[in-house]
Amino acid sequence: MSGASRAGAAMPPLALSNFSIVTSLGAGRAQTIAALYTGRHGLTPCTFESLPFMTYVGEVAEVDAYRLAGELSGFDCRNNRLAAMALQQDGFTGAIASARERYGADRIGVFIGTSTSGLLQTETAYRHLDPVTGRLPAEFDYTRTHNTYALARFVRTILDLAGPAFVVSTACAATAKVFGSAARMIMADVCDAAVIGGADTLCATTLFGFHALGVTADEPCRPFDVERCGISIGEAAGFVLLERVTERHDSSTILLLGVGESSDAYHMSSPHPDGVGPRLAMERALAAAGLKPSAIDYINLHGTGTPVGDAAEDRAVFDLFGAATPCSSTKGFAGHTLGASGVVEAIFCALSIQNEFLPGSPHTRRVDPAFKIQYVREGRHARIDHVVSNSFGFGGANCSLVLGRAT
Amino acid sequence: MRVYIEGVGLCGPGLDGWAASIPVLTDPQHHVWAPTRVPPSKLLPANERRRAVQTVRLALAVGTEAFVAAGRDPSETAAVFASSGGDGETIHEILSVLASLNRELSPTRFHNSVHNTPAGYWGIATASRAPAGSLCCHDDSFAAGLLEAVVQAIVEQYAVALIAYDVQYPAPLSDVRPIGAAFAVALLLTPMPTKAALAGVDLRLQPKSSAASATPVPAAALETLRQTTPAARSLPLLAALACRVEATVTIDYLADMALVLDITPISTDLMPEVCGLERVAR
Repeated sequence: MSGASRAGAAMPPLALSNFSIVTSLGAGRAQTIAALYTGRHGLTPCTFESLPFMTYVGEVAEVDAYRLAGELSGFDCRNNRLAAMALQQDGFTGAIASARERYGADRIGVFIGTSTSGLLQTETAYRHLDPVTGRLPAEFDYTRTHNTYALARFVRTILDLAGPAFVVSTACAATAKVFGSAARMIMADVCDAAVIGGADTLCATTLFGFHALGVTADEPCRPFDVERCGISIGEAAGFVLLERVTERHDSSTILLLGVGESSDAYHMSSPHPDGVGPRLAMERALAAAGLKPSAIDYINLHGTGTPVGDAAEDRAVFDLFGAATPCSSTKGFAGHTLGASGVVEAIFCALSIQNEFLPGSPHTRRVDPAFKIQYVREGRHARIDHVVSNSFGFGGANCSLVLGRAT
Repeated sequence: MRVYIEGVGLCGPGLDGWAASIPVLTDPQHHVWAPTRVPPSKLLPANERRRAVQTVRLALAVGTEAFVAAGRDPSETAAVFASSGGDGETIHEILSVLASLNRELSPTRFHNSVHNTPAGYWGIATASRAPAGSLCCHDDSFAAGLLEAVVQAIVEQYAVALIAYDVQYPAPLSDVRPIGAAFAVALLLTPMPTKAALAGVDLRLQPKSSAASATPVPAAALETLRQTTPAARSLPLLAALACRVEATVTIDYLADMALVLDITPISTDLMPEVCGLERVAR
């Protein structure tokens, strides 16, 4: 266990050896970066549920036709399907096979985030209860669809891995916090590598739930806009192979440099107006990376487009970084993908570093004049060495990541 | 990986707090099955206490007991929450409303449906801005939470509270996911021994093929509880702590692994009983 402890000191960098993504922008890295470049977004009026209100969603239409069959049929649900689609992009599965050869299946952890897992399956099942007994349909598979762990069980099964595994479910900070869990497991030598990331998919619970809270916008979300009026829910899956930096990595490799976690200690579903929790998370992430705020070239904001959330984040970011650091929320591209947003935006940041492109903010027309940070509306070319990516969720769960390029 | 346990909280059927349960766990003949009674939390204001769902009440009860016993400040302490499925009643109510003609959800019900609801309320109740994780690993949620908490304590070199809990689903979900009883346990872990330390625990992850089978509890009712309630997989560890004996406890973790815990009590007044747990020569 020698060398495992960091006790507040900087953490050793870890490599994002491979990553894969599916959002409403498309499947894979090429479609994703093309959309970020051109400002093409994936938000459309919601036809997913016959909603009694208007809202836009970032829906992945292809997932409807996708099926998990054969040995995987028990896992068949929208969330696992979307995860399977993501795992098949950009040679990710092949990269895991090579890692399995190098380390052994039992030395690769699976730390996955999701908020609602396969809950859509149970929503459907509750509409088809036996009219006499009230029982669930016989084909309903609780363990492999509804249960919060089902997604990690599925990923571990499909990738044939046998290392430690669990799901982190901290609402919209879930797939950011898995970077922290995986980094600690590798530092403690519990595993040599980890598959991290996760998925969240559209379901009635989140559509009606966020509407009940009064935070769904009736137009595509407009983060940091003076007229912002709420979120657009999206669905997405993203995965990362995280491992120690070796000679196999080169200057194109993206590194995880720091993770910072905090709690708001304020309210279950609204952020503290002073942004103290988010500020603590960013400070802790910078400390773990051993970087000063001035070393950060771009901040990918949580920026969901709610009046209070964006204001609190503006304050937290300005208090720590001032107005010199370019910032944007990418929620206008694929919506707020809830539990998946942490890994989705980490991958957006990785693509931004590799392609020397700083993404803008579709639908944001006039930045709130009360805000003090340097908010970027239009994407532009820029060399980016270090980024901060923010994810904040219900229960006051905050997590910030620092990513950078290998030098 | 070695950590120290300096506080314990417990709430389960016939297990009314850690202090009251020590006689039951040292001599399981004293165990009398009774529905889980959750003491009201003093940490929440009265209106919040009434509205709090069962997972929140359980987590706050055992967390409070462990911190009070150790004399540690929860506002400065990281926490890892682990549950096999969140709050069953809340999920059932939401699913029932969504299957009805009027699909209007209560905003409070919605925020209570997230897996990390107890973590959120714990942060609010203790004014803690320390990191709080919220894990699920189906039947292995206690083992996963323990692994995460121990690794975090060792890597970060700070105290970590593990709070694991499970509640029952109402029908029809209880048909497909039966849970034995509402149960919660809190373990306050430190990377170095403190004055309050009860025991040292060496934890290792082992392939199932080379590990012993899961350690049972030597009492039928408690063993049934262990087998039917994921958080109650902590019972063999709790029994060893209650008996203050050196013991090795094996806890299943996923299909292919086990967590093996070598437990060493820190105390001069070792009790002679071995409680049916294997005494380990060092």
